[in-house]
Amino acid sequence: MKTIDLIGLLAKGEVPGPRHALARRFALALIAGGLGALLLMMAVYGVRADLADVARLPLFWARLALPASLAAAALWLCSRLARPGVNGGVAWVVLALPIVLVWLGGAMALVGAPVESRAELMLGRTWRTCALNIGLLGIPALAAVFWALRGLAPTQLRRAGAAGGLLAGAVATLAYCLHCPEMEVPFWGMWYVLGMALPTVLGALLGPRLLRW
Amino acid sequence: MPRTTPQAHLNAREAQLQQLLLHGMQGDEQAYRAFLSALAVHLRAFLRRRLAGRPHEVEDLLQEVLLAVHNARHTYLPGQPLTAWVQAIARYKLADHWRAFARHEALHEPLDEEQALFASEDDQPQEASRDLGLLLRSLPDRQRLPIQHVKLEGLSVEQTARLTGLSSSAVKVGIHRGLKALAKMIRGKPDNEDH
Repeated sequence: MKTIDLIGLLAKGEVPGPRHALARRFALALIAGGLGALLLMMAVYGVRADLADVARLPLFWARLALPASLAAAALWLCSRLARPGVNGGVAWVVLALPIVLVWLGGAMALVGAPVESRAELMLGRTWRTCALNIGLLGIPALAAVFWALRGLAPTQLRRAGAAGGLLAGAVATLAYCLHCPEMEVPFWGMWYVLGMALPTVLGALLGPRLLRW
Repeated sequence: MPRTTPQAHLNAREAQLQQLLLHGMQGDEQAYRAFLSALAVHLRAFLRRRLAGRPHEVEDLLQEVLLAVHNARHTYLPGQPLTAWVQAIARYKLADHWRAFARHEALHEPLDEEQALFASEDDQPQEASRDLGLLLRSLPDRQRLPIQHVKLEGLSVEQTARLTGLSSSAVKVGIHRGLKALAKMIRGKPDNEDH
C-alpha cells in the first residue's frame, strides 16, 4: 500500500471522535479501581469498628489528606504523561509536597516525644503488614489505570507506568484508611509512603512492557 | 529536498496544520486528509535525516508514524504545540524501530530545535517494503469488514452495519480496534527496554 493510499484510508469516513476521551478513561479507571480497593479492603481486612467515632477527629481527615492529595497529583501527572509531547513538568514537584509535609509533621512528633516512645510512634502495631496490605489493595486500581493509559498515547513508558502505579497506590491507601487503626503521623510517613511505593515500582517495571502502542 | 525556512513561515505552517487537524477531529474528512498529506511530507524528511544510511526503511516507518498519529489523535489537546505532539510520536516510533532491530549504533539524532519538523520537506515517496493492505486482510472479520467497507470502499457506517449485520457502534469499534491491531502487527517485536 502506498503512503498516499494509507492517508486516504485513514481520512475516509472520519467522524468526530469522542469528546474528553482522556478524562472519561481516567474517571472510569478511578471508579473501577476505587471500588475494587474498597471491596477488597472490606472483604479481607474489614472496616474498623470505631470508624464513626474516629471520623470526628481532625487527625482522621489529616490522614486521608495524604493519599487524597497524592492521588490528585498523580492523576494530574498521568494525564500529562498520557499525551505525546507533554512532560511531567511541575507535577513531579507537586507530588513531593504532601510527602515532605507528612515527613515534617512526623519529625516534629518524634522530636516532641520521649525517646522511649519514638519506636512505638513509628512502628505502631501493624508495621509488618501495613505496606503489603496497601500494595494488595492497589492491584485492581493498577489494572484499571493501566487500562486507561493503554487507550491513550504515553511516550515515556517507564514514567507513565510509575505515575499510574502511584495513582493506584494512593487510591488503595484511601481505602485502607477506613480499616487502619494507626493514628500516628510518623507511622503514615513511613508505612503508607512505602505501601504506595510498591505499586509505583511495579508500575515502573511493567510500563515499558504493557503500555507500548 | 530538505530546505530551511524562516521562523515566521514555520509558525504559519504550524498554525495552518493545527487548523486542519482540529477540523479533521471534528469530522471534516477533507481537512484531515490535507493534514495527513502535509504532515507526511515533513515527516518523510524528518525520518530520512534520522535513518541516514537506511533509506529503504523511511517509507515503512513513515506509514507506521502516520498510523500512530491517527490512532493517538484523541490525545491532542487544542492549543498544544502541534510540533511537540507530532515529534514525540515520531521519536517514540523511531526508538521502537531501532530497538526492534537492535541497532543502537545507528541512532542518529540531529540536534535540531523543536521547530525543525516543519522546516524541511520531502515529497518523493519511495516504495514501502511492507504492504499494509496485505496485513489489513489478515484482521478478523469484525475489524476487517468495517475497515474494508467504510475506509476503502467509502460506504457510510450505517450502510456497513446493514451489509455486515453488525450494529453501527460495532462498526465504529471495529475500525478503531482494527487500526490499533494493525499498528500492533507492524511495530517492533522485542519489548521491555528503557524509554
